[in-house]
Amino acid sequence: MSSLTDYLLVSALLFSIGLAGALTRRNAILVLIGIELMLNAANLNFLAFWRYGPNPAALTGVLFAIFSISIAAAEAAVGLGIILAAHRHFKTTDVNQMNALKG
Amino acid sequence: MTVSFFILAALTIAGTVAAMSLRNLVHCVLALTLGFAGLAALYLQLGAQFVGFTQILVYVGAVAILAMFAIMMTQRAGAVAQPVFTPSRMPGWIAGGMIASAVFAVLAWAIHSSAALPKTLPPQALPSQADAGVRAIGNALMHRFVLPLEIMGLLLTAALIGAVLVAMQEQQEMP
Repeated sequence: MSSLTDYLLVSALLFSIGLAGALTRRNAILVLIGIELMLNAANLNFLAFWRYGPNPAALTGVLFAIFSISIAAAEAAVGLGIILAAHRHFKTTDVNQMNALKG
Repeated sequence: MTVSFFILAALTIAGTVAAMSLRNLVHCVLALTLGFAGLAALYLQLGAQFVGFTQILVYVGAVAILAMFAIMMTQRAGAVAQPVFTPSRMPGWIAGGMIASAVFAVLAWAIHSSAALPKTLPPQALPSQADAGVRAIGNALMHRFVLPLEIMGLLLTAALIGAVLVAMQEQQEMP
């Protein structure tokens, strides 16, 4: 069984990868995917702290992770809908070329 | 660090790195499903079966397919994938990579220097199969967490309607 710090390190690495992708990629869909990766890193933290915490029978970490996954799914649906609408308007998904809020 | 944990962590990290750095967007999403599946296996290894299978259902099954649909609807047919690493974009890559590395360095330093983290499993260890199973999660959702559950249902309904409204074709563009 690996220790809590291993899981936390993997989670930190996952968060950094998602952050680097969200900051550097130009495609709006990949920026959204980077944000999803950061949310997943947070979920891994919740579960690791639940498993190694003093009271795993309370299931608090598991339920928090479940609610977090549902919020991430709703966010992905709305974000991809916004990207589709913006693509219809700007004819591109490059975030560098979407530079006007009022078309 | 056990072997299975190392393999799963390497799989997850490799999948996500590929998803953030590949040139072809479809390949990015396929690598992303690999990363999500590895993460689900990590959840299973932590003893959270329900969350692991929820992760597979929601992320591998829904979010990745949704991203794939969005990519296919926004890419022009026959479009050539633009190279990701070009000299003109190097400053952006260096800046983004440095910011992400700084964040990771701070997090890793905090993890390693924290004295409050338990190094081993607590004595009562993993709740038994009956405790962490679906029955216990359902009981918790129906008793202690019933208000968050209702709010989540409301949020998902609002997100469903909102996504349809935002992505709907505007009528005045029709001839």
